[in-house]
Amino acid sequence: MNLTPEPLAYELSRPGRMGTVLPACDVPETALPKNLLRAELSLPELDELTVVRHFTRLSQKNFAIDTQYYPLGSCTMKYNPKANEQAAFHPGWRNAHPLAGDAHNQGALELMYRLQDSLAATGGFSAVSLQPAAGAHGELAGVLMIREYHRSRGQPQRRTMLIPDSAHGTNPATCAMAGLDVVTIPSDAEGGVDMDALRAACDDTVAGIMITNPSTLGLFERNMEAIAKLVHDAGGLVYGDGANMNAIAGIVLPVELGVDVMHYNLHKTFSTPHGGGGPGVGMVGAAPVLAPFLPGPVVVKKGDAYAFEMPAKSIGRLKSFYGNFGVLVRAYAYVRMMGADGMRRMAENAVLNANYLKHRVEKTYKVKYPRRCMHEFVAMGDVAEGIRTLDIAKRLIDYGFHPPTIYFPLIVPEAMMIEPTETESKETLDAFAEALERIAAEARTEPDLLHDAPHNTPVGRLDEVAAARCPILCYRG
Amino acid sequence: MDIDKNARYAASHEWARKEGSDFVTGISDHAQHSLGDIVFVELPAVGKTIKKGEAFGVVESVKAASDLYMPVSGTITAVNDALSGDPALVNREPYAGGWMIKYTAANPSEFDVMLSPEAYEAEAGKE
Repeated sequence: MNLTPEPLAYELSRPGRMGTVLPACDVPETALPKNLLRAELSLPELDELTVVRHFTRLSQKNFAIDTQYYPLGSCTMKYNPKANEQAAFHPGWRNAHPLAGDAHNQGALELMYRLQDSLAATGGFSAVSLQPAAGAHGELAGVLMIREYHRSRGQPQRRTMLIPDSAHGTNPATCAMAGLDVVTIPSDAEGGVDMDALRAACDDTVAGIMITNPSTLGLFERNMEAIAKLVHDAGGLVYGDGANMNAIAGIVLPVELGVDVMHYNLHKTFSTPHGGGGPGVGMVGAAPVLAPFLPGPVVVKKGDAYAFEMPAKSIGRLKSFYGNFGVLVRAYAYVRMMGADGMRRMAENAVLNANYLKHRVEKTYKVKYPRRCMHEFVAMGDVAEGIRTLDIAKRLIDYGFHPPTIYFPLIVPEAMMIEPTETESKETLDAFAEALERIAAEARTEPDLLHDAPHNTPVGRLDEVAAARCPILCYRG
Repeated sequence: MDIDKNARYAASHEWARKEGSDFVTGISDHAQHSLGDIVFVELPAVGKTIKKGEAFGVVESVKAASDLYMPVSGTITAVNDALSGDPALVNREPYAGGWMIKYTAANPSEFDVMLSPEAYEAEAGKE
């Protein structure tokens, strides 16, 4: 990597320099209205070559799945096949316009219809909406559907959502946005939902439970059916957080586990790019009880033609137009390449890779829950006195690896959440494990090497406290 | 981990100490260490009455944001204004300069059933 810090475009600016020489004006000049002119807008002045070099150098500093290993727990940073991109770049998809009307967009609608169908099949859902643009957006859709379901049955007092303490932070945040109250359910010694605490919380105010299976600890929730039954018997519904679908796709149908509504992230499990802020798709699938409430429009088939339609009791739109269509094309390409058998092998290899890596890592690092993991596992970074997980994470950057997710889940102190994904080779997994082993040795012999890491980057350890308390959000000249 | 022997503790890592007729509460050394560098503390308005187990504020670190829970039901008589300018006081002096709220207890017997310093040390040590 180029280790020279890249100056800002403003710092490269020189007065009067420009990238384009405009031809002489051949129409009468008109002055811009004075009230629209702003003196304080100082834009950088640069020539074309400087701009090209600036952005090319910045792009070369990117840490990306196409350059390095990225075992970021709960994020499923798998390889994004280039065939997906080829499909999405096809002019027919690329140039489709949402205002062209259903009649002129039959191909696009058919693709969405087929993708809805395939995704419904992977979950056992009766219907799917492709509207939500991210995982948390899908959560919001699901929770609003549950709220609407209870209201439609004359039970608006059902406002409590049960959430295990290992859940993604987005779960309680989603409930807050939907105006529901959260009751946290503790984990038991095995890392599963504490059944006694759940039983005690199941009263007639319960709207439902939000559950992630496998959990963020990378553990399969063994009591899933009993959990769903408890909540259903209390009159609540089950929301499945599908962030970890990569571990069970093609093997388990969430609806058969008692899930009533669930989101998947196409940008995780279905191999579309993410990590750069999107765009993503957090599609929602529903069992018959909630299908009429799905956000819309969804694609339906009428005779030989495809059309957009709002589900009967829809919570409405969650996104402009029809969702992130380019992502849908990539996911559809992936689904068709994999097929049902391929999907199953994908999940099996994700779990195999995680267990292989866990087996190596747990010789050097503590692993909170030693039982067999699913697609990810949670290790602890306190390998030596005075060494914390943050130090391990920063040192991993020096070894060319993206650090795992750290300090999450919150219930594991010094957590390092490692998700290898199925697309990595044994050689890559071994290299990562060796880096972790060497760092653990350095932690004992040269602890400052870790405290001062990273060393091999354009900037060293950042002051996160100052960044949080006194952020500088724009260029000040 | 440092333990203030004069305080009692909640399983959720708040401490409470009797000072005159009032009680004082903050978070334990173990809690501040687990949270890491604290960047923001949100405290309640003076005069607010809060029940035991309900949230009285929020503490935010570079790693996480956590609710702060009332260890003893009571009415807030003072909050530590120094924390708005220097939240890291909670990291440096969790039992002294990093105190968070003072309150009159509605039911002082709730203090007596909190964890003793020894019991809390044993409990927090398991984590």
